[in-house]
Amino acid sequence: MSDSIDKKLVRHVAKLARISMSDAQATAMGSQLGAILSYFDKLKELDTEKVEPMAHPLDFTNVLADDQLGASLSCEQALANAPQRDECFFLVPKVIGDSQ
Amino acid sequence: MTTTTADKITPIIGMEIHVELDTATKMFCRCRNRFGDPPNTNVCPVCLGLPGALPVMNRQAVEFSMKAGLALGCTVSAFSKWDRKSYYYPDLPKNYQISQYDLPLNVGGAIEVPLADGQVKRVGIIRAHLEEDAGKNLHDDPTSTKVDLNRAGTPLLEIVSQPDMHSAEEAGAYGRAMQRLVRWLSVSQANMQMGHMRFEPNINLHIEREGALYKTPIVEVKNLNSFRSLERCVEFEIQRQYAQWRQDPNYTLEKLGKENRGFDDVTGKTVFQREKEEAHDYRYFPDPDLMPVVVDEAWSGRIAAQIGELPLPRRARYMQQYALSFKEADALTQDAPSGNLLDEAVAAGATAKRVTNLLLGRIAATANERGCCLAEVGITAGQLAELAKMMDAGTVSASAADRVLVEMIEKGGEPLTTAKALNLLAVTDTAQLEAWVDQAITANPEIVAQIRAGDKKADKARGFLMGQIMKLSAGKAPPAQAKAMLERKLIG
Repeated sequence: MSDSIDKKLVRHVAKLARISMSDAQATAMGSQLGAILSYFDKLKELDTEKVEPMAHPLDFTNVLADDQLGASLSCEQALANAPQRDECFFLVPKVIGDSQ
Repeated sequence: MTTTTADKITPIIGMEIHVELDTATKMFCRCRNRFGDPPNTNVCPVCLGLPGALPVMNRQAVEFSMKAGLALGCTVSAFSKWDRKSYYYPDLPKNYQISQYDLPLNVGGAIEVPLADGQVKRVGIIRAHLEEDAGKNLHDDPTSTKVDLNRAGTPLLEIVSQPDMHSAEEAGAYGRAMQRLVRWLSVSQANMQMGHMRFEPNINLHIEREGALYKTPIVEVKNLNSFRSLERCVEFEIQRQYAQWRQDPNYTLEKLGKENRGFDDVTGKTVFQREKEEAHDYRYFPDPDLMPVVVDEAWSGRIAAQIGELPLPRRARYMQQYALSFKEADALTQDAPSGNLLDEAVAAGATAKRVTNLLLGRIAATANERGCCLAEVGITAGQLAELAKMMDAGTVSASAADRVLVEMIEKGGEPLTTAKALNLLAVTDTAQLEAWVDQAITANPEIVAQIRAGDKKADKARGFLMGQIMKLSAGKAPPAQAKAMLERKLIG
């Protein structure tokens, strides 16, 4: 059971979440995350062999909407909080390609 | 391919296809799902990923996915759920994509892929799951990227095939078969220009040399949006991987695993893409905002009942039931509505062969000019049947029928009234017919002599005289009667 997680792993997770972090913060975060993970180690001690995996804590299924057109925002409303815009486009620092 | 004599090369090709579903609204909100609207006008708090907004699943998107899955012979899962796939990109406003990870909606299945030579190839389907599309990044500005989120949240069916294809031709045929199927089922417009369908082939080679088997790394190419790019890309990769393996014996699956390459449409080549750092650390977890989907037999049965006859069984039926040629049957099963015209016209009492000729003649030519399908030309099954019956009865000749059809396509109207208005109804007046036949005979004494002499070219000569009669009558001579009269006069 680890009390602190590796600073390299902290940096990796921070990078995935796009969070910048000072060295001191990374050290502090390492021990805090370590404490949380050790609690999961505790949970892992339970025998879950015969327990069905849970997809959702609530018991609802098939919460579905009809395919009927509803209201959308205007581009002015949509862009109201955008730090940067070009007419009706959001403007972001240069990226390459599409995500998909 | 240039191979050293002993090498036996088998390309192994699998494919992911993304198909945008043709719902009226998006997957988790009721914004319009449509290509080409002004930027950021089909957006709302849900698809913009604003805090506190909650997604509600579109029933139609689930049913379209089930319909496609069932038509592919998949098993619709009794229980499926939604997962978050986390990554940061400006076109993904929530910073995660809602997808299906371990419990997809459709599993297993296969598609029958018609090949150019008339053979049919079966390609296995691993899964077909539902996920949301991202928005669109525009790169025309050199210093920044413009983002349009109209597409964000569009329902996307991701269909993953088995690595069952072995050539660029098969990969292209698979893509086309899938396009035809999703259009047939009306679950997607599958318009390549609008990005409704995108291909991601993965390609490697199995090379046998002196009893040993070598495998090249599996190359995945993302985001191909035309059949031509797909086929060129696969062909290029087959050549490139073999050349690279011959140069470098370490270019193997064991040593290098998978690699991503991008296809450049201009050069026709693929280029290596450095793995984005941590690219595959998507940290999937169940989406707490969405409830699982439970499908019982009654529901999947209702969807299955909407599917009807699929393209290849229909093609086979047309050849058997209507005695159409392979080419005719194939042309009439490219989309469902065109074949429906044939079936409905036959049901209305027309002969299949006549209707087929009308469909694949003037109507196909018009459809080709307009870039639409046969049914979209606007001639109804009832009109087709009437015109075909008029031809059978000799009320109009084939050439007159064609002119009637042209008029109907341009201006609308019914076959009989159009034929009357254009003065194209066959002349039943025997005296008039006789005048045309006599005129054709008198004007062509040497042709008549050939026929009477039993020349080798007699058949052709008869055809020529019939042509003259049709010409003289402006297409109004009833062909069967004219022919009989001509024969009598030639003998006499």
